[in-house]
Amino acid sequence: MTSHCKLSFAHPPARPGQTPDFSSVEIPKAGLLPVLPLDVTAADCVEHANSLIRVMDENGEAVGPWAEFLTRFDVDTLRAGLRDMMMSRTIDMRMMNAQRQGKMSFYIQGVGEEAIACGFQRCLKAGDMNFPTYRQQGLLIAGGYPLEMLLGQFYSNAFDPLQGRQLPTLHSARDYGYFTVSGNLGTQYVHAVGWAMANALTQKDNISIGWIGDGSTASNDFHTALLSASSYSPPVILNVVNNQWAISTYTGVAKGRGRTYAARALGYGIPAIRVDGNDYLAVLAVSEWATRRVRADHGPVLIEWYTYRVGAHSSSDDPSAYRPRDEGKAWPFGDPIDRLKKHLIHIGEWSEQRHVQAEAEVLSTVVEVQKRVEAAGTMIDPKPIPGATIFKGVYAEMPEHIRRQRQELGV
Amino acid sequence: MAQLTMIEALRDAMDVMLARDPKVVIFGEDVGYFGGVFRCTSGLQKKYGEERVFDTPINESAIVGLGIGMAAQGMKPCVEIQFADYVYPAYDQITQEAARIRHRSNEQFSCPIVIRMPTGGGIFGGQTHSQSPEALFTHVAGLKVVLPCTPHDAKGLLISAMEDPDPVIFLEPKRLYNGPFNGDHKAPAQSWKNHALGEVPEGHYSIPIGKARVHREGAAVTILTYGTMVFVAEAAVNSLGIDAEIIDLRSLLPLDLEAIEESVRKTGRCVVLHEATKTSGLAGEIIAIVQEACFYHLEAPVQRVTGWDAPYPHALEWDYFPGQERVSRALKAVMEA
Repeated sequence: MTSHCKLSFAHPPARPGQTPDFSSVEIPKAGLLPVLPLDVTAADCVEHANSLIRVMDENGEAVGPWAEFLTRFDVDTLRAGLRDMMMSRTIDMRMMNAQRQGKMSFYIQGVGEEAIACGFQRCLKAGDMNFPTYRQQGLLIAGGYPLEMLLGQFYSNAFDPLQGRQLPTLHSARDYGYFTVSGNLGTQYVHAVGWAMANALTQKDNISIGWIGDGSTASNDFHTALLSASSYSPPVILNVVNNQWAISTYTGVAKGRGRTYAARALGYGIPAIRVDGNDYLAVLAVSEWATRRVRADHGPVLIEWYTYRVGAHSSSDDPSAYRPRDEGKAWPFGDPIDRLKKHLIHIGEWSEQRHVQAEAEVLSTVVEVQKRVEAAGTMIDPKPIPGATIFKGVYAEMPEHIRRQRQELGV
Repeated sequence: MAQLTMIEALRDAMDVMLARDPKVVIFGEDVGYFGGVFRCTSGLQKKYGEERVFDTPINESAIVGLGIGMAAQGMKPCVEIQFADYVYPAYDQITQEAARIRHRSNEQFSCPIVIRMPTGGGIFGGQTHSQSPEALFTHVAGLKVVLPCTPHDAKGLLISAMEDPDPVIFLEPKRLYNGPFNGDHKAPAQSWKNHALGEVPEGHYSIPIGKARVHREGAAVTILTYGTMVFVAEAAVNSLGIDAEIIDLRSLLPLDLEAIEESVRKTGRCVVLHEATKTSGLAGEIIAIVQEACFYHLEAPVQRVTGWDAPYPHALEWDYFPGQERVSRALKAVMEA
């Protein structure tokens, strides 16, 4: 008799042609988990790192102890949050279409995940710095970033603050707390820790925030950032957006034998909590708790935002090749916009009619800005940006060899 | 003027900058309490405190990645990679992040980090303590790459690097830490303490990045080199009795194009030397520059002497190291052509 060891390979619950199956996803009731003290240690949040904080119940009611963190936010803020998410989704829809029409090279949408970036932004203050991925545009939208600049970046035209240097959605907006997105995955997680260390060393009263996807937690940078945050305890929040898919790769491949991504932080001695990322109220409550903790010098915290990537990874991706076409609709935690809308209607602060009206307003705002921005040039009708931008900013001062190359190009 | 070793000169530069600029921080493996395996940061933590000079875990991508975050926020980190051979885990951070942050953000952010690392062979370090990876950095737009060969230059260039608005890879030829070395490993070790180039001014001074240094003036042939090979070249030139001009490039990115072109046009002959491996090495780039700018001034094909295209050996170090004999052969070939 001989026996040999067998490898294990993770598989998603359903593939194209099969019925979406989320029966193995645990769905804890809203309001069950207790609030954690701001100075909680990793040892005392094992349950929070393995379960799921949910605030909104199935009727749209805010329940449980985490709802107390919502008292800071008035109903206007909630309505603004709803509008942020609608704006984010409308821009995604319009830009995906514009990309299909050949007006831009590429686009990355964040449909289904809007609550996380839009809600988190509401707990930040001037001077805080995000180190986002391409799917956190909601931070800019909720942060009041001018739509002309947001859209201008996609079209690489005169409205683009980066003058065409970066792929669409790889924004940089220092004044809005949005670090230049590299497009390489993972690398910037550790920058957030370094920036936070600098804040502490220079006595700045600000925090920084790292963002990473579930797929990129596999990168060495994830572990590098966690270890560094653990070693030096700077004021940083480390966000993991778990949207179940890394392009075509099922989240189970990156997760391996681990139970949750949040639980990984516990081994580094960093407290971690796991949150229903489609529950705007839970996002607000936990972001408020986390920013208070970190600002009060209780050290870093990791938050796993549990969500689902409804859209394709990017305009170059075709998810029908690797997952059921309607899997997003079957996601048991629903849609973040629908849920916040339901809550606002439940508390008598919103209506179907107002929602339809708001949708029309958001759409007309986006259409109006899009028209103006497209008039400054698209890929179909390009209005060239100065060729010198290739060479400018490689260094603070242009060295001789680059000056000669610029001369050769004749710009 | 004080006579310092290169190690003392580097420490002096960091001391000066820590005192002048509260935004300077220094960190890396063993650099804090202990003061570094080569002692370059010895005493600095005691003098400036743990928030200015501290130890890191053994994770080069953390050392550089944290430094990038700090630099982007406005600090001036000067980090140490224990050996250049260990820099590769940080290569992603250096090439994709540090080098590009200014450009890709249209100058909203910048990355004034200095990444110091001992480089080169000659210490029986084998393949993991002897590498010369400069060409891996000179190939990257957005970086500056510096490699001094004297205590005087080491201090002045490190101060420049720490004041530079852009990321600087600062390579330290470890065989020259304590004294000049002409490639003759059997000769008694020399010290900077009684060498003219070991004279180091006190306090703040800087040497501009991008400017070469004429190590020896001459009219018959131009030797373009840097680091340990400057002294190997000098010894070969002296024993052959050739009127060679030895140019210590010391700034490898950007190169001092004018100094290179001017000297080769004057002498009409050129040899390029480096310890690093040959294929796709910096010598190839330098020779291309010479060919583009000075072809009609050349009297002979340009020669290069480099390390062999093999991993740096341990026991056969002196068969690998491009010593005086190989340099002399190249000089003779270029003079007799």
